Amino acid sequence: MTSYKADRSIKWRFSILGVLAGLALLAMAPAKAEYADVIINNYADAAGMRPVVFPHWFHRIRFRCKVCHADLGFQFKAGGNKITMAKIIDGKFCGACHNGEVAWSVENCNMCHSGIPGTPTHIHGSTVQRLVSPPYKALNAPQQPAQQ
Amino acid sequence: MRQQLKIYVGSAVLALLVSAPALAADAGLFSGAMQQAAPGEHLLLADVSSSNTFNRNLKKEKDPNAAPSEDGYHDPENEGTHILQPPKDAYTGLPTTEFGNHVDWVKSIDEKKLSPRWDRINSSEEPFVMDMDIVREVKASVPDVVFPHRQHTEWLACANCHPAIFVPQKGANQINMSAILLGQKCGVCHGKVSFPITTKTCSKCHSKPKPADWSPPLSDATLKNPWR
Ligand code: HEC
Ligand code: HEC
Ligand code: HEC
Ligand code: HEC
Ligand code: HEC
Ligand code: HEC
Repeated sequence: MTSYKADRSIKWRFSILGVLAGLALLAMAPAKAEYADVIINNYADAAGMRPVVFPHWFHRIRFRCKVCHADLGFQFKAGGNKITMAKIIDGKFCGACHNGEVAWSVENCNMCHSGIPGTPTHIHGSTVQRLVSPPYKALNAPQQPAQQ
Repeated sequence: MRQQLKIYVGSAVLALLVSAPALAADAGLFSGAMQQAAPGEHLLLADVSSSNTFNRNLKKEKDPNAAPSEDGYHDPENEGTHILQPPKDAYTGLPTTEFGNHVDWVKSIDEKKLSPRWDRINSSEEPFVMDMDIVREVKASVPDVVFPHRQHTEWLACANCHPAIFVPQKGANQINMSAILLGQKCGVCHGKVSFPITTKTCSKCHSKPKPADWSPPLSDATLKNPWR
């Protein structure tokens, strides 16, 4: 598994152009990912891995919320569970299923680590983000306001 | 011909300029599945002020249920991205809505089109469904709120809500719309994973019509208005 940083280092010269073109693209075609997709990026970027994209829609077709949010102890907060690979191979969080028994196993790194590098932790499409006047500053405080 | 080209280039530059502040505000990624109104649709033919776009703040949903490689979230340079399932493939045949995932998750279960597991391993375990409606009178002209336990206990355990989000006692919880929009109370789930809060969904929660003789209370400023 090569990190995205390695396979991109050669192209850094193009990245200035890329950033400009990217800015233009972003302005005209913003993300239209699926409602409730969670980007988890507490640590991934820093370790040279792409951020993780967790698709709620895909999992709720197979499991009720109760399985993850009651039985497996996932808290209702993007990034709030401080998931790490150590916990996953210990059978916790994603590792309770992605173990080669309930679902494909953990060596398929790029199935989970599939987000665009640099994307901060958050839940996609939430009402809070879509308000004309967002109640929080997107870049400095990407996480949702604490529940309760 | 050259004139046309000039206009074209001009409007492209303009479009960029117009969308730049919006970009800075939400860095693109935070604009949700929404698209700023088509840039370039200006009210004035001459470039008097580039700030006069028809819609300044309207964000419209564009192409819902995009495939992972085109959704602006997954990295198309990652091989895994192309193996992921496009949502539209999975949703074929499920009842639809006009918001959120564009799938009616409640109907999907009621009509037995989906049967998600209640247990991680045992696919024959059934949820403990409790059919109890809680009506909450609303001090505004919108219909009263009916909270249905049935649809919730199809998906969730009692412990997902009680007691952390709601004290299990009718009327014991302070709930209002601002808290919900900020992601508290019902907004812990609604507006994030379960159906979002938009004009098209108000009536899902606000579903019990007010009595025919109900009218909104007048504000103090009106009652004491000296010019009335
Ligand atoms: C089932 C999904 C899944 C798979 C498969 C997976 N990861 Fe992760 N990984 C995660 C999640 C979730 C996190 C937490 C992300 C964060 O907060 O930044 C994470 C975090 C990480 C981190 C940073 C935190 C840490 O533990 O050091 C690294 C590095 C990492 N993964 C590498 C890998 C590698 C290498 C593979 C393949 C052998 C892999 N992952 C496979 C879900 C997965
Ligand atoms: C397969 C496991 C799984 C299932 C099933 C599941 N979720 Fe989640 N949920 C997660 C994960 C993982 C996160 C992100 C946690 C993190 O980043 O630490 C999450 C986050 C959330 C959040 C927090 C969003 C935020 O940041 O405010 C909410 C709310 C939520 N889920 C609701 C639901 C609801 C409602 C259902 C059922 C319709 C559901 N989930 C089903 C795994 C699951
Ligand atoms: C309750 C069990 C369970 C948990 C917990 C779980 N998954 Fe999964 N996941 C599944 C199953 C089952 C599949 C389908 C596997 C298959 O196709 O064989 C799946 C598939 C996926 C897919 C591929 C979707 C596609 O398009 O095919 C991704 C990505 C994924 N999971 C990420 C995660 C991440 C990240 C976590 C932890 C944050 C996680 N999952 C936690 C059960 C789970
Ligand atoms: C989605 C969140 C949610 C779930 C899941 C949930 N409840 Fe509730 N429950 C509520 C709300 C909201 C109220 C109303 C509280 C109020 O009016 O202030 C309530 C009220 C109650 C009450 C008080 C009724 C009364 O007349 O005073 C009881 C008892 C109760 N729930 C039991 C349960 C049980 C048992 C389960 C599991 C089978 C359950 N609840 C699951 C949200 C939930
Ligand atoms: C813990 C998460 C959670 C909380 C908190 C919650 N809901 Fe829900 N709600 C769900 C889920 C999951 C569904 C299933 C439909 C979906 O996902 O869109 C649902 C469905 C509903 C439905 C049924 C829609 C239909 O099509 O029949 C109503 C009405 C509703 N919620 C109202 C409320 C109200 C009012 C509150 C606050 C008092 C609330 N909910 C709090 C998770 C939650
Ligand atoms: C998830 C369920 C839900 C949805 C969706 C919802 N509401 Fe509410 N709304 C509530 C609850 C619960 C209350 C508090 C009722 C009470 O006083 O106990 C409330 C209260 C209100 C009030 C009274 C003022 C206040 O803040 O208490 C207004 C006005 C209102 N809602 C308007 C709307 C509009 C407009 C929409 C659609 C954009 C909407 N609501 C969508 C659940 C919902």
